[in-house]
Amino acid sequence: MTRTLDRTITVAVAGNPNAGKTTIFNNLTGARQHVGNYPGVTVEWKKGTCQRGDVKLDLVDLPGTYSLTAFSEEELVARDYLLNSAPDVVVDVVDASNLERNLFLTTELLEIGRPLVIVLNMTDVARDRGMKIDAARLAEKLGVPVVPAIGNRGVGMDDIVEAVMQVVISQASLPGPARVCGESGPGPSTLAAVESRGGPSRVNYGQQVEKIISEIEDLLPEDRYRRWQAIKLVGGDEKVIESLVVPGTREAVDGLAASFAAESIDDPDILLARLRYKFISEICDGVVRAPAESKVTVSDRIDRVAMHPVWGVPIFLLLMYLVFTMTFTLGNPLMNLLDGGFNLLSGLLSGLWAADSTSPLKSLIVDGIIGGVGGVVVFLPNIVLLFMAIAILEGTGYMARAAFVMDRFMSKVGLHGKSFIPLLIGFGCTVPAIMATRTLESRRDRLITMMVLPLMSCGARLPIYALMIPAFFPAKFQGPALWAIYVIGILLALGGAHFLRATLFRGETTPFLMELPPYRMPTATSLMVQMWTRAWLYVKKAGTVILGAAIILWFLTFYPKPPADYVLPAGFDNTTIEAATTFGEIDDPNLAQAAELSYSIAGRVGRLLEPAIAPLGFDWRIGTALVGAIAAKEVFVAQMGIVFAVGEADETSDLLRAQLRSRYSPLIGFCIMLFALISTPCIATFAITRQESGSIKWAFAQTFGLTGLAWVVTFTVYQGGLLLGLGGM
Amino acid sequence: MPLTMISEGKKAILRSIEGGRQLRSRLAALGLLPGAELEVIQNSGQGPFVIAVKGSRIVIGRGMAARIAVE
Repeated sequence: MTRTLDRTITVAVAGNPNAGKTTIFNNLTGARQHVGNYPGVTVEWKKGTCQRGDVKLDLVDLPGTYSLTAFSEEELVARDYLLNSAPDVVVDVVDASNLERNLFLTTELLEIGRPLVIVLNMTDVARDRGMKIDAARLAEKLGVPVVPAIGNRGVGMDDIVEAVMQVVISQASLPGPARVCGESGPGPSTLAAVESRGGPSRVNYGQQVEKIISEIEDLLPEDRYRRWQAIKLVGGDEKVIESLVVPGTREAVDGLAASFAAESIDDPDILLARLRYKFISEICDGVVRAPAESKVTVSDRIDRVAMHPVWGVPIFLLLMYLVFTMTFTLGNPLMNLLDGGFNLLSGLLSGLWAADSTSPLKSLIVDGIIGGVGGVVVFLPNIVLLFMAIAILEGTGYMARAAFVMDRFMSKVGLHGKSFIPLLIGFGCTVPAIMATRTLESRRDRLITMMVLPLMSCGARLPIYALMIPAFFPAKFQGPALWAIYVIGILLALGGAHFLRATLFRGETTPFLMELPPYRMPTATSLMVQMWTRAWLYVKKAGTVILGAAIILWFLTFYPKPPADYVLPAGFDNTTIEAATTFGEIDDPNLAQAAELSYSIAGRVGRLLEPAIAPLGFDWRIGTALVGAIAAKEVFVAQMGIVFAVGEADETSDLLRAQLRSRYSPLIGFCIMLFALISTPCIATFAITRQESGSIKWAFAQTFGLTGLAWVVTFTVYQGGLLLGLGGM
Repeated sequence: MPLTMISEGKKAILRSIEGGRQLRSRLAALGLLPGAELEVIQNSGQGPFVIAVKGSRIVIGRGMAARIAVE
């Protein structure tokens, strides 16, 4: 007889970082995942479903944690989920090769009291190290099912589903055989062992501590988490103390806890931790047989080179160089293909109208939508490859080494070594770089990195430099000018991080503490899933927020249309026409386009901005182009082409360069680049910052902060340059 | 003596940690409790430290290592 449950079972996957939790999650759910953020925090949230026959499991991948204290965001998220959502089953993934440490979290999960299944992962690694673990005996001693598994080879996945079903069925006290959806039976003896004991075992903290726990328990209202709460109160957990709302309880608990703390030698929470480890070593006694001498592992050998005090940095830089070369050499042909595809598409769609049609719908579709969204989507091949490379670096364990190697430098500006990687990606595109900050554990590090990231000059800003530099600088200064722009960006980013660390994000430095996972081979599934979910997030962004923004910005540069008697403002006094010509008299289509832009909202905003940007040496034309650049930085070039009435322009347009040269000094040219580098991040950056920081507040802070910084820096450079007599044409 | 004094390849027993409750509780979860046995894997005289404790490798900032007393 096959018994099935007709409801969906919710499963939370918990475990230490590097215990292979995500691999197991990916194996179980495949691509049926949904990535998001926990509301209001930067902790990533992953949900997925697992369908085996009639059984449907809803899985939640909890953040990897070592314990469930109230000290870190991840731990709070994990425990709040366990307490409030009360999943049917908690799957605790433990690293068999590092069992004692991993069981520490297990003791906390046992105390929370949700039905538990332990996945003894990486049994192959443990065996290679000469360890022998008796899973059945472990299950018997802990009183919960233990499923041996090898996550990166997909071994034991069916057994996990099976064990989860068993636990659910036994919870519902449904009698009958345990077979579910025709799968093979459970692993030998593990499940039988559960029934032989009256339920999960619990940590016995010894007479003295148990006494205080039960005294505190008596003060608390009836609740299924009462013992857990009491233990946390003994340990002085602030969040649990805050949750005591019944009048008088908090004082009573405080009194008990204080007198207990005064009697013990250790801090109460350290004492509890010690007793947990004592419990664990009792559990492991007779279960784990480890070789007496720990031998030097392969990982240690690799690390002697990869983390070498001298060679570590060059190795890291070489790897990064390979990543970027790969991203661009493999990505660019695909990018050109996509670009060609979008051009073809806009050509085809334009064909629906007459060639000289001025239909607004044509312009909306071709210039607005395809131009805006296409401009973002063409970067997709590069982004997919970049995410692939990051997934490999993370999956193999090298990322932790990179953080180690760079920490010496990054700690000088108050950032974590790991922050270096997103900053480096920022040279490609700010959007995936902000997404890559997910590898940083501390929210503070993440926010600081996000805030300064747009200062790393992204690829979309290169066309601006490519236009301006040859226009204003003689050949021998072109290289140094470009170099100077990039270096200024880097220095501002590091300085900005240092400044934020000292002001907005003050407080105790997050101590550098990180586990160094052994090197391992990532699975293809895990790499694909990770790459795919992140790339999909990017595409979704392009299809929603960026599409909307592109349409709005198109509207701003296209409307309102000038009437026939609109007199062109001063500034259109170039060779083709005389000053006071009205819009209706213009024959030249390029000039007509320029007049339209000048009359549009963007043009007016540009004019309105003139007093504010005049001290930087900018006029309304630059202002207008900067408004357009909010859509995407490279739009600046196209907009300049329009304001200067040279028609379609790209970064190689000599006509546009001649116009620029006739109007601006090299100093202004440099200031334009400087301002484009520092100011307002593009709309895609705004959207991704809002999403990744969990609040629109940070996106606004970034936009205004950087624009303010851009103004101050450009003002200083321009006015300083004028004083030094560099303002000449 | 502070952990920073221990050279590569040497073993030591953790005695005490000077620091806030948060730091000590984080270290405790990683197995770094008073009485725990540890081995220094890398101590190059500058930059962070690598130690082995309870079968795992842990990187510790130099500043923090100075606040960990061992024998």
